[in-house]
Amino acid sequence: MLLNIKNLHVSIGGKEILKGFNLGVNEGEIHAIMGPNGTGKSTWAAAVTGREGYEITEGEIWYKGQNIVGMPPEERANLGIFLSFQYPVEIPGVSMQNFMRTAVNSKREYQGLPPMSMIDFTKMMKQKQAMVEITEKLQNRYVNVGFSGGEKKKNEIFQMAMLEPDLSILDETDSGLDIDALRIVANGVNQLHNEHNAFVVITHYQRLLDYIVPDFVHVMYDGRIVKSGDKKLALELEEKGYEWVKELNL
Amino acid sequence: MESNPKENIIEEVTNKDYEFGFVTDIETDFIPKGLNEDIIRLISKKKEEPDWLLDFRLKAFRHWQTLKMPTWAHLTIPPIDFQDIIYYAAPKQRKAKSLDEVDPELLATFDKLGISLDEQKKLSGVAVDAVMDSTSVKTTFQETLSKHGIIFMSFSEAVKQHPDLVKKYLGKVVPYTDNFFAALNSAVFSDGSFCYVPKGVRCPIELSTYFRINAANTGQFERTLIVADEGAYVSYMEGCTAPQRDENQLHAAIVEIISEKDAEVKYSTVQNWYPGDKDGKGGIYNFVTKRGICRGDNAKISWTQVETGSAITWKYPSCILKGDNTVAEFYSVAVTNNYQQADTGTKMIHIGKNSRSTIISKGISAGHSQNGYRGLVKVVPEASNCRNFSQCDSLLLGDQCGAHTWPYVECGNDSSILEHEATTSKISEDQLFYCNQRGIPTEKAIGLIVNGYAKDVLNKLPMEFAVEAQKLLSITLEGSVG
Repeated sequence: MLLNIKNLHVSIGGKEILKGFNLGVNEGEIHAIMGPNGTGKSTWAAAVTGREGYEITEGEIWYKGQNIVGMPPEERANLGIFLSFQYPVEIPGVSMQNFMRTAVNSKREYQGLPPMSMIDFTKMMKQKQAMVEITEKLQNRYVNVGFSGGEKKKNEIFQMAMLEPDLSILDETDSGLDIDALRIVANGVNQLHNEHNAFVVITHYQRLLDYIVPDFVHVMYDGRIVKSGDKKLALELEEKGYEWVKELNL
Repeated sequence: MESNPKENIIEEVTNKDYEFGFVTDIETDFIPKGLNEDIIRLISKKKEEPDWLLDFRLKAFRHWQTLKMPTWAHLTIPPIDFQDIIYYAAPKQRKAKSLDEVDPELLATFDKLGISLDEQKKLSGVAVDAVMDSTSVKTTFQETLSKHGIIFMSFSEAVKQHPDLVKKYLGKVVPYTDNFFAALNSAVFSDGSFCYVPKGVRCPIELSTYFRINAANTGQFERTLIVADEGAYVSYMEGCTAPQRDENQLHAAIVEIISEKDAEVKYSTVQNWYPGDKDGKGGIYNFVTKRGICRGDNAKISWTQVETGSAITWKYPSCILKGDNTVAEFYSVAVTNNYQQADTGTKMIHIGKNSRSTIISKGISAGHSQNGYRGLVKVVPEASNCRNFSQCDSLLLGDQCGAHTWPYVECGNDSSILEHEATTSKISEDQLFYCNQRGIPTEKAIGLIVNGYAKDVLNKLPMEFAVEAQKLLSITLEGSVG
């Protein structure tokens, strides 16, 4: 199993947000986590990626055979965990080329590989850019500065393509996207998806799942998964609304 | 798509302390400690100076005796015993005409600093005047320059070879009455660089002076004078380092720039004097007066500085925009870490009509340091239609450091427009986590973000310097975030 989360409890500033979260993800699978606002979906993503301030009070996160609780976020990233941010951050003055080259070479250094040559890197950047249909020159633009909402999300998928992660978590990548951008983002994910990697897609809406077809759908409420099923569960949820989830929880 | 060497430099930087802290073992000619008229006469005699220059020194010294050290800056300066300093120290050798005559120990020192004095090996085509303690060791590319009629030599040489030019311009932008440290420098200055670019000449190569303090218990008081005659252009760079010592050393320099009608002078510094250790012990006191004048119409001066060194910095590279349609620029990155203190900024004095000035100041404070921007923009009533744009940004790393801004504005007429923007920010947790999540460790991430923040200024530096400056920024901030 690629990722196995057991009885995860997470607090922020003393307030418990995740209350016994369980999830197993195998290589090659696509999972969707759905649920109303404030149920702890983003907290879960932050805890798995190792963000500071998210205190794990109980439980284990097993990834590739080791419990990664307490591991620094950059090490988790270099082990192949990627997060597509809900709100990508702007870094003024730092070009995408410089940023990605630093990221790619950090991972290579971690793996004991020499830095990638400029020629290979440039080629790779061009190729991955095409995958998410970013046609304009990206290399000299500053990280997310002046990007539209759609461009920011495409840029996340572009970075995912560059880093070739084994586990990708997409945190509401679909929010604020028009239908064209949604299609491009989903296309990127589908091209990257293979039998060795896995995706966890966090979303509010069933709409994204028309494009990225999940193997499993989990419904989250009040800090834990209250119902799991296949893709039909997403449709059922859409039909019955989140009020239905609350009843499930009771 | 081409690779940009200004980028990606950060990854080359590994854990480093102050890299230039070594001492060269070389026989040095010292004069006795202390400061009085006899000492000044002795310095002047050692340098075989004409009477008018001795007279200038003595006048400056007598004026200095009437002054008190300024206390208005936001700096805590321990008392300095000016009688406990050696005012002249020189490596024992004569100025060399050819490279073979230079002491190999000195050549090795400059090689170690990355400054090659061998013209054959020099690829980048930058003429260098290398100054160790009180004297100039060697000036390269003399022949190439003299073909264009450009004078670039040590100050002492210039006094001998071009006394009329030196006399004409010395002290005209920074008179010895200007301030305490300017008076002190005028009394005891030892060497420095002199540069004159004649009418209509564009200097084909970058000029640079490299200052090195080596001897202990000495002060360094150099003087640089740059003149661009009508329609001339020159780009000038200055670099500096000093050995790592427990006691503080005083550096009080003067730089004067004169830009005549239609002329342009670009002046860039990477200041990397020894900053003291992590507990604030030792380091250079850098009390420097730098000023330029755009004397004729359409003249232009730009200052670009990257300040990473020194225990205490007190420095305000300024411009007097005297001619009409003159342009002045000040681009600065000042980084302080540990217990460093910096009070730095600029003055833009608009006297000519339609004159324009730009100020971009980026302060970065870390550790327990204090970092201040102090600036004056003054427009006299006659100077109509002037423009100034000032942007002063501060970036804080950690919560033990301080960032301060004191912008003064005096506008004497209604037709001028002065703009001022200021921001204070911290490197956000969000930015760091974003980098971490992409596999970039925190130290590297800070290097990236800080270089990005300073990019507007770094882009103004000549290429040779930009690479150096980026490395320095990262090294200076090593270990500043836990």
